[in-house]
Amino acid sequence: MSTLIVNGIRHTLDIDPTTPLLYALRNQLELNGAKFGCGMGQCGACTVLLDGQPVFGCITPVAACEGRQVRTIEGLGSADKPGKLQASFIKHQAAQCGYCIAGMVMRAQSLLEQHPRPTETQIRQHMEPNLCRCGTHMRIIAAIKEVAEGAKA
Amino acid sequence: MKTKYWIWIGGVLVAGAAAAAAWVIQPAIAPIQLPAPNSFDDASVARGARVVAQGDCMVCHTAAGGAPYAGGLPLRTPFGTIYTTNITPDTETGIGNWPLAAFTRALRHGVSRDGHLLYPAFPYIHYTRMSTADITDAYAYLMTRTPVVARAPDNDLLLLLRFRPMLAGWNLLYLRPGPVADNPAQSTEWNRGRYLVDGAGHCASCHSTLDPIGGERSPAFSGGNIDGWDAPALTALLQTPKPWNREQLAHYLRHGWSPEHGAAAGPMGPVAHSLSQVPEADTNAIATYIMSLQTPAKALPTTAAAAATATTPPASSATVTQGAALFAGACGGCHSAAAPMMATGGRPSLALSSAVTGDRPDNLIQVVLNGIPWSHPGQDTFMPPFAASLTDAQIASIAAYVRADIGKRPAWPDVEQRTTKIRKENQ
Repeated sequence: MSTLIVNGIRHTLDIDPTTPLLYALRNQLELNGAKFGCGMGQCGACTVLLDGQPVFGCITPVAACEGRQVRTIEGLGSADKPGKLQASFIKHQAAQCGYCIAGMVMRAQSLLEQHPRPTETQIRQHMEPNLCRCGTHMRIIAAIKEVAEGAKA
Repeated sequence: MKTKYWIWIGGVLVAGAAAAAAWVIQPAIAPIQLPAPNSFDDASVARGARVVAQGDCMVCHTAAGGAPYAGGLPLRTPFGTIYTTNITPDTETGIGNWPLAAFTRALRHGVSRDGHLLYPAFPYIHYTRMSTADITDAYAYLMTRTPVVARAPDNDLLLLLRFRPMLAGWNLLYLRPGPVADNPAQSTEWNRGRYLVDGAGHCASCHSTLDPIGGERSPAFSGGNIDGWDAPALTALLQTPKPWNREQLAHYLRHGWSPEHGAAAGPMGPVAHSLSQVPEADTNAIATYIMSLQTPAKALPTTAAAAATATTPPASSATVTQGAALFAGACGGCHSAAAPMMATGGRPSLALSSAVTGDRPDNLIQVVLNGIPWSHPGQDTFMPPFAASLTDAQIASIAAYVRADIGKRPAWPDVEQRTTKIRKENQ
């Protein structure tokens, strides 16, 4: 049996401990925000937070998450009550196909939690591991910047 | 008899002091107006690009995210942090007002234009071997780059070492200025290789053990440590699970990986990138020379034989089992025998990697923590970092599994503590 603490809720799962966290989130817990992209830690569509740090869910085994806090985009808000970053991404229409967006939001979330007032250079550097094939990068950066600048006010 | 002895000692001391004084007192060389880019010969600039790539100048003289050659990269040494200088042709903060004579003196003798002595983190003890023609071409190349205004942060060194004239004594011990004549008993390619390895390439700067005052120990290439990564001995390339040959080494230097050995990681990654830009003749020559330095292969200890003499107890089976599970979920997608990258991509088994078979766990820990980042377009190898997803204990159990099951080697001691330490040093 494996235990996973996701968005503050403890789950006990009868699952092979080598299973990637992403599969457990999507298949067992039906948290389908994080997406399967490359399966090799190269695209960032599966990004979730583990103890506050962004990790690639596709190459993080459930065995590595024992006793640690997992957070997914579902933990930031809902369609009715989106979190700050989610609201800003909607406002800036930062998604085109949207496949990368849950990963983008979670990576940005970890940045803002550690540096509430990042510069644009810091945002660009921090977001670098996550890829977007549609090309909405400028809108993604604008959405993150707006939340960061809101923190300044 | 005793008097004679003292006279001899006294004579040596006086000569030493005089020689050191000669080092300390270096005149300033008058500044010049920045020469117009078109005053340099195009062919010389083009040859200079090759020399500067051989010398890997850009790697140290460019800060993370900074303009090329504008300096500011922190070099962490046992003596403190040194920030690399701006070698773009900016007249205020770079080398824009340096005449060729000053540039040559810096490379050959470690002296700045204004006469102050440079720290040996700048490998002038190797650059001194460069030919006048190569130095002239490198100068032409650097003086025609875009000038960038960038002043390096102040060095953060031990108090004593901030007094630069001290370096005169160091130079007396370690600097043998000037090029070395070719060895007529060896081939042209071997001589070219030695010239590149000992000169611009300054391979020994990382691949040699350093003594307590930062001098390279003899014999050279016995293996060193740089930025927390082990730089393997360059004299033991026949003692790896599959012995290196010249063709493989030349391929590795140009492409950053070898099908029977693994990928260049850590500080070697940028070196391979620089060498991918020089003509094949240069990497072939380097490989020819390095392969001539090898000590003969000896039988490798097998797990059983090594276990008999090993002082480190084997990792517990629970640790290895946990490591196997973590490996399957975190690493197996790329590194298991069935993974597409292995089955069809021709990637080498971890059993052949020096990070797995080496005597110390440092490089395995480093590569798991940091991965192999994308650093330039067209890079052949990539690995994501696992610093955030795996704890120190989890990395230690993966290391135990990889070492025992894949590497067939005796366990490394104290990997978890070592991981904690390396993680801290990397910050």
